[in-house]
Amino acid sequence: MHRLTIPEEEYMLSGHTACLGCGATIAMRYVLKALGKRTILSIPACCWAVIPGVYPHRNLEVPLLYTAFEVTGAAISGIREALDVMGKEDVNVVGFAGDGGTADIGLQALSAAAERGHNVFYIMYDNEAYMNTGIQRSGSTPMGAWTTTTPGGKKRMYKWEPKKSVAEIMVAHNIPYVATATIAYPEDMISKLRRAKEMKGPKFIQILSPCPTGWRYPPDKTVEVSRLAVQTNVFPLYEVVNGKYRITIKPKNPKPVKDYLMMQGRFRHLTEEEIARIQKHIDENWKALLKKERCSQED
Amino acid sequence: MAIILPEDPTPIAKVPSTENKTGGWRTFRPIIHYDKCIRCYICWKFCPDAAIHFAPPDAHPSPKEALAKFDTVEINYDYCKGCGICANECPVNAIELVLEEAGGEEE
Repeated sequence: MHRLTIPEEEYMLSGHTACLGCGATIAMRYVLKALGKRTILSIPACCWAVIPGVYPHRNLEVPLLYTAFEVTGAAISGIREALDVMGKEDVNVVGFAGDGGTADIGLQALSAAAERGHNVFYIMYDNEAYMNTGIQRSGSTPMGAWTTTTPGGKKRMYKWEPKKSVAEIMVAHNIPYVATATIAYPEDMISKLRRAKEMKGPKFIQILSPCPTGWRYPPDKTVEVSRLAVQTNVFPLYEVVNGKYRITIKPKNPKPVKDYLMMQGRFRHLTEEEIARIQKHIDENWKALLKKERCSQED
Repeated sequence: MAIILPEDPTPIAKVPSTENKTGGWRTFRPIIHYDKCIRCYICWKFCPDAAIHFAPPDAHPSPKEALAKFDTVEINYDYCKGCGICANECPVNAIELVLEEAGGEEE
């Protein structure tokens, strides 16, 4: 006998080739636990393209189709339409792409799939850089972070542009369901996926999945970093159902952003002024989100 | 390793990845001290390698009478990469990381 808070079924096998303490594998485990066996995945070039291992190895108990970097949205649209023609409308079609394949390279295909209104899931597992190819900066890399293409030095050339909010871009497409989730809150993530499963139309979920290799922290801290991202309001967890915002986890006393930043080697270079600047940016984002929640819940 | 050739022109990967014994990557071996384990299954929940599985309640001693009816957990050392998330997340610190060379065979 065991009491569990998340489904017991396991659709991700052991023996995959992810790094120690990989956040993206935990994200995949939960996604498949929530969606179940009748799921078809499509994965572009990203960490998950190498995690299942080389041919002829498979790592998932569900069908998985690899696509080119920029076409995840188009691939899942095609799979969906083909399944509908075959009468298999109960099968979940999921695009599972990294932040590079979503925020930068795959944005046009995703936008088109959302606009056409296919009944698909698009899951962006956000590890905040192109981790698979060696930690290059992406549109989703946060302010102040070191990456191999935004190195440090005397000129302090770190990435200073704010993180692109793909979730907000998707809200602007007026799709039925948009949510953010992270691996430290599996129950929250799974309930969001289940809610999305009951809706028709494009569903977008952004999952923050910390990467020990690229974020430069010890592998045992993956879940801790993910939890701190929520508790410091760096990555708020919310859902937008038909345009109505709801913040699912509101930290009572948000911790200072410094706690989150100083755990990670990619922010090690930050000075006190720079941390204050990031704190201000995070506070503004959080206030804007609270305002959106309040405004959209009215009437 | 047997390579399975596809019967149809589309290459379909059929060999489960459980053939890769990733346990060889490990530097630190997590060891569960069952006398502290409260059966919360948080280690099972957060394992990125799905290398923790359930075992019958009587497979390991329990710290309390009331917990004796719940299943215990075991780590599959064939696949555990030793990331240490389980040890870090364990609410009662029942999981200890031991350097692999130090002979973490038994408790």
